Amino acid sequence: MEKAIKKYWPIFVVPTVAAFCIGFLWPFLQGLYLSLCKFTTLKKITFVGFENFKYALTDPEFAHAFWFTAAFTVVSTIFINVIAFTIALILTRKIRGTNLFRTVFFMPNLIGGVVLGYIWSILLNCVLSLLAKPLLRLDATYGFWGLILLMCWQQIGYMMIIYIAGLQSIPNDYLEAAYIDGANSWQTLWRVKIPNVMPSITICLFLTLTNSFKLFDQNLALTGGEPAHMTEMLALNIYNTFYGRSGAQWKGYGQAKAVIFCVLVIVISMIQLRATRSKEVQQ
Amino acid sequence: MVTHAQRLKNGITTALLALLSLAWVYPVVMILLNSLKTERAITTKGAFELPTAETFAGLQNYVDALNSKGFLSAFGNSLLITVTAVALILVCCSMCAWFITRVSGKVSKLIYFLFVFSMVVPFQMLMFTLSATADKLNLDMPINLCIIYLGFGAGLAVFMFCGFMRSVPVEIEEAAMIDGCNPLQTFFRIVFPILKPTLISVGILETMWVWNDYLLPYLVLDRKKYMTVPILIQYFQGSFGRIEMGPMMACIIMTVLPVIIVYLACQKHIIKGVVAGAVKG
Repeated sequence: MEKAIKKYWPIFVVPTVAAFCIGFLWPFLQGLYLSLCKFTTLKKITFVGFENFKYALTDPEFAHAFWFTAAFTVVSTIFINVIAFTIALILTRKIRGTNLFRTVFFMPNLIGGVVLGYIWSILLNCVLSLLAKPLLRLDATYGFWGLILLMCWQQIGYMMIIYIAGLQSIPNDYLEAAYIDGANSWQTLWRVKIPNVMPSITICLFLTLTNSFKLFDQNLALTGGEPAHMTEMLALNIYNTFYGRSGAQWKGYGQAKAVIFCVLVIVISMIQLRATRSKEVQQ
Repeated sequence: MVTHAQRLKNGITTALLALLSLAWVYPVVMILLNSLKTERAITTKGAFELPTAETFAGLQNYVDALNSKGFLSAFGNSLLITVTAVALILVCCSMCAWFITRVSGKVSKLIYFLFVFSMVVPFQMLMFTLSATADKLNLDMPINLCIIYLGFGAGLAVFMFCGFMRSVPVEIEEAAMIDGCNPLQTFFRIVFPILKPTLISVGILETMWVWNDYLLPYLVLDRKKYMTVPILIQYFQGSFGRIEMGPMMACIIMTVLPVIIVYLACQKHIIKGVVAGAVKG
């Protein structure tokens, strides 16, 4: 059978792989090379070696974007997962209207980042102006917490769905056994429920981690990096380095930053792979 | 007595959840209310105020958005891009995934590895080179964008299809081949129907991504001629000078409403698809 299928490779494999080369592989390799060059268009490229990386690693704005992103990632990951898990716990108890609540909480996920950012900038600016505080684009602290709120509103529903699926897959016998043995609900939560949904927890942690780390649309629409690049996250910083300035050196700097960003994301994903694999072995 | 306390507790939880879900839908309701106000009544401070007899504008903002702000063409472009891209991804990637799971060898392994690798790489890494490549190949029209989406979205799709196909027994396919089907017939008559649950999951995840994607179409499309819905909304905000808040809010509502309707109609599939995607991804 294998031989028969093999003959059909032009039909089965070529369309996807060709598109993959255009849409991913070639731009990726070219991007790697260009990070070592100075260029404004692809017609005029001069090789400069590691010059761009030297700039990127000493750029204070890039460093600030990194720390801002890291802080945002940690805070949003904790908030989203704790709240999502709590709601999932409540919704898996037999309560009236569970389906309706689940529907409502998941809804913001389907709205795109740019639209979400816009909706929340109107809402938060109204609250801030009623409180006579500076608007989102004028104060970095409000910008940070605004982003956190927006991210929670969007992501909690998604993570909640995954946690609910995890909680529902716990065999009823375990819970009954715990009840018969006299465990109270707090003990059942820590000794039975949480260990059994560990795979869901790992998945959700890393989903929120990478989502927050790579955030772009929401950042662009809600604060746009204002004031003075203070709420600029890594992805937006790279974008602004590329398209926000004119000058022959900036595109190369931007590409070098993008390579660094890419390496960081790959490292996070590798840790994720490790973590999920070791969990699978335990079970 | 115990049941009474229990009932009270449940009642309180339900009430709290109801309050929380009201807070959850409030932002969208707020935009809806504002989209019905006249231009002058929409201010930063007054976003929470309900429209009154004086400030009520009826559907004027919607008419404006449809007539002069290019909403219809943006919506059409978004729809065209999403439908073609997702259809292409589903057909091509499932075929490719079947081939690399059924034909073992180094080439298959390499292709699989590259696909999985592409899932990890952030878009910023290739945004400049990708838009330059697309320009060179004249892919800057909405209908051609599906090729780029096929390339960039292939990773997740192939990964999920491969994961499912490994669990499908080969015997059915072998039987079909012995009965005289060629590989193409075997795939479309036997394998494709079996794949249906995964096709739905992948379709939903890719639709959510393509429909809401902002940066890729913004960089690749010929911006003077074509817009998608996210680009249009960002354009309202980013453009200098006076922002016309009324039509913009109307645009937001007209973007969000169809999504919510589709979601309410096929909720079950969407939630299942998300869970399946997360567990495998």
